Amino acid sequence: MADAAVPAVVVRLERVRKAFNVGQPAEVEVLHGIDLELRSGEFCAVMGPSGSGKSTLLNIVGLLDRPTSGLLSIGGQETTALDDAALTRLRGRSIGFVFQYHHLIGAFTALENVMMPMLGDAGFPSLAMEDRARALLNSVGLSHRCDNLAFNLSGGEQQRVAVARALAMRPAVLLADEPTGNLDTKSADVVFDLLRQVNRSQMTAVLFVTHNPSLARRCDRTIEVVDGAIVGATLVTQASAPRG
Amino acid sequence: MRTWQPFEWIVAARFLREGRWQTVFIIGGVAIGVAVIVFMSALLTGLQANFIRRVLTAQPHIQLLPPRETVRTLRDHEPGALEDATRQAPLQRLKSIDQWLAVAEQIRAMPEVVTVSPAATGSALVIRGEANRAISVVGIDPALYFRIVALPDKIVQGGTRLNAGDILIGTELASDLGLGVGDKLRITAASGSDSVFAVSGIFDLGSKGANQRTTYMALRAAQSLLGLQGGVSSLDVTVADIYGAENVAQRITAATGVEADSWIKTNAQFFSAIQAQITANTAIRFFVGLSVAFGIASVLFVSVVQKSREIGILRAMGVTRGRVLRLFLLQGGLLGLSGSIVGSSIGAAALLLWRQLARGPDGLPLVPITLDTLLFLAALLLASITGLLAAVAPAMRAARLDPVVAIRG
Repeated sequence: MADAAVPAVVVRLERVRKAFNVGQPAEVEVLHGIDLELRSGEFCAVMGPSGSGKSTLLNIVGLLDRPTSGLLSIGGQETTALDDAALTRLRGRSIGFVFQYHHLIGAFTALENVMMPMLGDAGFPSLAMEDRARALLNSVGLSHRCDNLAFNLSGGEQQRVAVARALAMRPAVLLADEPTGNLDTKSADVVFDLLRQVNRSQMTAVLFVTHNPSLARRCDRTIEVVDGAIVGATLVTQASAPRG
Repeated sequence: MRTWQPFEWIVAARFLREGRWQTVFIIGGVAIGVAVIVFMSALLTGLQANFIRRVLTAQPHIQLLPPRETVRTLRDHEPGALEDATRQAPLQRLKSIDQWLAVAEQIRAMPEVVTVSPAATGSALVIRGEANRAISVVGIDPALYFRIVALPDKIVQGGTRLNAGDILIGTELASDLGLGVGDKLRITAASGSDSVFAVSGIFDLGSKGANQRTTYMALRAAQSLLGLQGGVSSLDVTVADIYGAENVAQRITAATGVEADSWIKTNAQFFSAIQAQITANTAIRFFVGLSVAFGIASVLFVSVVQKSREIGILRAMGVTRGRVLRLFLLQGGLLGLSGSIVGSSIGAAALLLWRQLARGPDGLPLVPITLDTLLFLAALLLASITGLLAAVAPAMRAARLDPVVAIRG
């Protein structure tokens, strides 16, 4: 039985390997036996040079890609045996994504973009969804931009809408793949603070890929991925126990 | 967003709206295809109906005739014996259909049959003064026969009264013999019997030969003139489905033993021309439909490529493959439906314009065209289904997109 004082593990990777072109001469392994645990309320930075496997790691944790071997559980549920429909359902309900580029859907307004995950899950829109989307946009300081099309927002605003969208389904895990990479310093700080605030207020676990050491220092811990392996882990604060 | 709209509908409509000109052009393409199909179908249907009406208002759908007389050798052929014999084709005498009243009742009871009309037909000579002409006498029961051949519509002088001493003649015969309504003429049958008749009406069947030779009189009068007392030389039949006439004719022959010829058999060349027209029309519709389908499919394939990142994002947010599939199928259906609504309107406008402009010297439309609601409904339904089917391949491609690859672009 879990200790009540210790936050629950929401992401667990055990000996996860990922190879491409398996069985072919061009087979290449990009992740070599990753072990990682992420607990509820933990804010973990992932650093490493380009091509080291950070994005692949994030795709696997986000159930967008399957590991070649090893175990992956999300919220205590083992995922490697699940079919595509079950993975999609679990991904939609448990995981939020914020990408380097906002990837908002240009045909929709900011409000509709935030509603989209809820709509995709339920099938039909509702007033409750709209209220939640408005509240989320309000929480990222964009209540006045609800009815603007995504393309009419500034880069920083778009990324804040993307954060609001990632939170729509109250995910247990938020995966942020260099979300501040395309932003100026001020906007980057705003987005980071937003993620930190969500992480603290809602106990959402955050896996935050960044090349920015100063942002990484503001996380609970930092793991460094080099050549497909975790080579170092740094505990930055005492907010959570470093693992993996 | 309206709460009654499902996710697929909302996203499909928004994607189509976003690709504005792409959507406008493909709807335009579908509309032109549908307009061509609607216009051509209505025109050809009108043409065929006109041809068939012209042919079938002057003749029955099925005609029952007495069996032809044949000869057979009475003497048995002895094996091994040499024999020299010739068989002469028999003369076809005028004779009645055996038990025609019972046969008529039997046919009338068939559900497909609308009218059964007896007729006594034979050759005769009309004599007036020093002039004479060979004619064909048709003895009819007007109440029944006029349901088959719309003779009252073709009367140009007088009426259609057919009492025992009345006769209806064609315009050519009236002109040749200087006859008018109320004039008398003597008719002599091949058997030698003759009678005097009064012209009660003059008709124009639209054919010089028919107007010269055909005459109508009461059935009883023809029976006694032609020596067919109580008998009839043919039974004329109309059926509800004119294209099913041949099948009904075969069933009549099987049931009654009397030879029955359908209009399809007696007008084989005309019927095959109609069939060829229907086949050509179907082929044109098929190929226009195919080009519409390819147009929709190509636009949707382009859309899948253009929207692959959005599809990846939707998949990352938990939208299932099934929803992505339906979202693109719906776009195909919407393109087909929108195009068919515009196309049907263009087709209807073109048909109305044609009806106004294409007129004969008499001021009547060259081809009588009716705007059939069913044709438009069929066009809407078929175009929507075509759109859906055309969207299957692009939709499957969209649904199978790997979200990681799609997001990376």
